[in-house]
Amino acid sequence: MPKVTYTSAAGDVNVLGGNAGDSVMEIAVRNGLPGIVADCGGSLACSTCHVFVREEDLEGLTAMSELEDEMLDGTTEERRSNSRLSCQLKLEEGDHVYVETPESQV
Amino acid sequence: MSENSGILIVGASQAGVQLASSLRELGYAAPITIVGAERHPPYQRPPLSKAYLQGLVTPETLAYRTQDFYGKNNIQLVLGERIVSIDKGLDGAGVATSASGRQFAFSRLALTTGARPRQLHVDGAELDGVLYLRDADDADDLKARLERAKNVVVVGGGFVGLEAAASARKLGKTVSVLEAAPRLIGRAVGEATSDFFLEAHRSRGLDVTLDARIVRFAGDGNGRVAGVELEGGQVMPADVVLVGIGVVPRTEIAESLGLTCGNGIVVDEHSLASDGTTVAAGDCADMPNPLPRDGAPERLRLESVNNAVEQARNAAATIVGSKVAYRMVPWFWSDQGDLKLQMAGLSAGHDQVVVRGAMSDEKFSVVYYRAGQVIAVDCINNPVDFMAVKTLLAKGLNVPVDRAGDAGTPLKKLMVELEPIS
Repeated sequence: MPKVTYTSAAGDVNVLGGNAGDSVMEIAVRNGLPGIVADCGGSLACSTCHVFVREEDLEGLTAMSELEDEMLDGTTEERRSNSRLSCQLKLEEGDHVYVETPESQV
Repeated sequence: MSENSGILIVGASQAGVQLASSLRELGYAAPITIVGAERHPPYQRPPLSKAYLQGLVTPETLAYRTQDFYGKNNIQLVLGERIVSIDKGLDGAGVATSASGRQFAFSRLALTTGARPRQLHVDGAELDGVLYLRDADDADDLKARLERAKNVVVVGGGFVGLEAAASARKLGKTVSVLEAAPRLIGRAVGEATSDFFLEAHRSRGLDVTLDARIVRFAGDGNGRVAGVELEGGQVMPADVVLVGIGVVPRTEIAESLGLTCGNGIVVDEHSLASDGTTVAAGDCADMPNPLPRDGAPERLRLESVNNAVEQARNAAATIVGSKVAYRMVPWFWSDQGDLKLQMAGLSAGHDQVVVRGAMSDEKFSVVYYRAGQVIAVDCINNPVDFMAVKTLLAKGLNVPVDRAGDAGTPLKKLMVELEPIS
């Protein structure tokens, strides 16, 4: 089962598991993790599932689409080089990804 | 009634689940019970007309929360029970009874009852194959029938109608949309955006009739729908008819409690109903405009995920005793095939429109102004402008009207403080 370690801006750490095919956003939202809002449910419409991905995990992730790239320009907390929208990060069996959630999503 | 009966949330909806989640986040310690009429655990509705209809996502992925979440947060989720009557005292506490006779005692009541599809009353409306799309069962029914269908007629050129029509086109169906008004999505967007969607859908093979007058649904002689007859006698063949002509807020329970209802359950800016204790949120609520300004409606009802979530948060704050006035920038999205429409603000009452970018590129924005100030935007395949205007409205900024058309410069760079009106 894929796993994600979420670290909040305040330093709270949550390790959550999901199913193959789930996104980093879906696992967070289904478990009620407050750091990811995801109003649009993953349809790339709201930019409220912004995360900072641990550098060494970046390469293995789903490639960034042009639309995600544009949406990242409008996140509440300014984008960084390791910014992604977590709804686009689909996980496979055995993945373990580390992400940090921003202080604010809206 | 003892204080520890906790809160009863009627409606296992987006607003209902958010209210329960937010209450726990805010430290609410009393029992929380959510009662829902549907048998499914609470799920997201927006994909029903889009990815779900196209078979791109499974029912499991629609769930808002895991079963574990409800258990861990001590939220009792009761499914398949429709609340039909409520006895409530002046202190706000009472007992609700479901259709099957189950009773639920509460100290505080929340109504997140949502809305139901508006019914079309014409001859033949009862024929098999005339469908509506609001919940997961509706979507499953529509999906199954689409598999066997060749000709699909969609009545209503609003969000649900156009999203479902685009989905049916993707599934290879012959699809016609009948809209009674002179333009598409007329309730939500301005004329330029309507015109664009008309052209864009037609160029993708959707047959669209505006100003359509439906006389009746014609049957095949065996109780199944076979076509839609228009004024003038034209009959459009149909194996499936989907009616998407808007929704009506579910206010029966509120009315039976004597709560004031208008275009929904009337609430104040703290999400409180007229009894001063019951809260209501989401599609069912008639509320003060959360983004008040000159020329905008003073009260409104919003049908959106964004409002369901934010108003539920506001209601939760009210319940735990940290009332704040409900303020937010309304926003909406609609994915119609490969066309992504995102809207921020409310364009009602605009007196000027600026188009950023070229409509022919299918990537542009329509910026709405009133008295020289940006009040709303429609963005087509153009999320950067959407995010910029959402921020601008939240922060009370503006883009001078003579600069907004400069699509080569990001709106972010054009934003200025609002000039005081002289």
